[in-house]
Amino acid sequence: MKNFTYVMPTSLEQVVELLPGPRDLKTRDRVKVLAGGQDLLGELKEHLVEPEQVVNLKGVPGLAALTQQAGAWQIGALATLAALEENAALRASHTLVAEAAGSVGSTQIRNQGTVGGNLCQRPRCWYYRHEQAVCIKKGGAECFAYGGLNKYNAILGGGPSYIVHPSDLAPALVAAGATALIRGKKGERTVELERFFTLPSEGAVTRENVLAPDEVLVRVDVPAMAGWKSTYVKFRERSSYDFALAAVAAALRIEGGKVAEARLVLGGVAPVPWRCEKAEKALVGRKIDAETCRVVGELALEGAEPLAHNAYKLPLAKGLITKALTKLATA
Amino acid sequence: MSDAASPPEAKSSPEPRSGSEAKPALTRRAFFKGAGVVAAGGVIGEAVHASNARAFGPAMLEGQVEVELEINGAKQKVTVEPRTTLLNALRNHCNPPLTGTKLVCDRGSCGACTVHLDGKPVYSCMTLAVDAVGHKVKTIEGLAPQGQLTVLQQKFCDHDGSQCGFCTPGFVMAITACLERNPAASLDEIQNACSGNLCRCGTQPQIFEAALAAGRALQSKGGK
Repeated sequence: MKNFTYVMPTSLEQVVELLPGPRDLKTRDRVKVLAGGQDLLGELKEHLVEPEQVVNLKGVPGLAALTQQAGAWQIGALATLAALEENAALRASHTLVAEAAGSVGSTQIRNQGTVGGNLCQRPRCWYYRHEQAVCIKKGGAECFAYGGLNKYNAILGGGPSYIVHPSDLAPALVAAGATALIRGKKGERTVELERFFTLPSEGAVTRENVLAPDEVLVRVDVPAMAGWKSTYVKFRERSSYDFALAAVAAALRIEGGKVAEARLVLGGVAPVPWRCEKAEKALVGRKIDAETCRVVGELALEGAEPLAHNAYKLPLAKGLITKALTKLATA
Repeated sequence: MSDAASPPEAKSSPEPRSGSEAKPALTRRAFFKGAGVVAAGGVIGEAVHASNARAFGPAMLEGQVEVELEINGAKQKVTVEPRTTLLNALRNHCNPPLTGTKLVCDRGSCGACTVHLDGKPVYSCMTLAVDAVGHKVKTIEGLAPQGQLTVLQQKFCDHDGSQCGFCTPGFVMAITACLERNPAASLDEIQNACSGNLCRCGTQPQIFEAALAAGRALQSKGGK
């Protein structure tokens, strides 16, 4: 790890003052913000970023707050994953969020890892994580995964980079209809969490979200989900702890045995949490049975283009959709 | 570790490029630089930090800095750099060195470096030493008085819970935290509590037996 200056701001004003200017794209990595450090320290150790300054957010009061009002939640960017996992009220009202938080990493990682860090973590693609591989994510010319070893890469939304977004919370929070509160030098703005994440073809290929160099994620607001049932189903290669090979965040509002409203978001298959709007629409008015699960699975994976080593993700994701929907219908 | 032999970087970093075991040499320049930061920024204690921040902008730590860590109930001043991990600080910067906490993967994957931060198990390799200031650190050395074993440690012996033993301190710390929260933890809960710890000898069955036995013993003793 290259040495850096450790800065301890005590307010958000100070934090954004320390960050580069909104258009300083080339020098943005000279300053990195530090929350739980569970992703950043790995990046520093692998020399993927070598910032001059590391800005510790933990001295800013209030950023870890987790509060509920009338069923809606405000989740501070520095709330730990363990805090979400262990919150009984959150688990009752937004089961998918608590389940997703509990599925991240290990106990040790969840005790320090934060919501903001989980949403803003960098990809796990092994080419990206290899110091010597200057892939398109790191300003190089090509995505080595595309023609290389791509077992863990994207089947949807890929190109020119084929990473998958590694976050478990992201699909769950997108399915819950969350919005992100962002603070920059010019003030605050809110973005639907679904629009927070960017495909490599639509945003800067070296980033995964809309944050400008002068911006920091401050809070995630989750609307009430009264009457909804939800779950997060994740499949990993190693069951003790791992990133998702594929995951499903599903939420249903069922009336009289039939789906009245549905949200379906896939994780581990695309560079962003993959919202399946066609499948959601198809669910409305149906009861959950084998035929519904089959139709929804087909629609959800529509347009998938597996690479040489990851076609297994298609039947896997469809199976997880069936599992999630069946679980919600019988819960 | 292969790049430990590479030439020092331009910023005269006293730590090897990626290894985290070497002891930094305290140079005269770094000492004064560090001392200056201590005087201007205030490293020890949140109160000093906050008051200086208001007057001069945010406090900064640069070069070699002296911080106060609370380890196993005792406060200790250690000289580290901002990049020094808590694991490195424990093993190489404390006096006496606390080498019970093991360095294995150094990437938050294996759990051998597990310590408690304010009672919660964390990976000390993925924690900066400067981030541990103001928090209570407990290491394997701090679980039982010198020469004694905790109930769980005794059960590890009774149930053959170690083969090579290198992962053992991490497992003991992870399971200790689990049993402190709930001595009646089920096998599932114990497995979940140490799912972030690897044992490449494959001793998990005995580790789980030891953990369950310790849980039973703790329940009949009513905690502790």
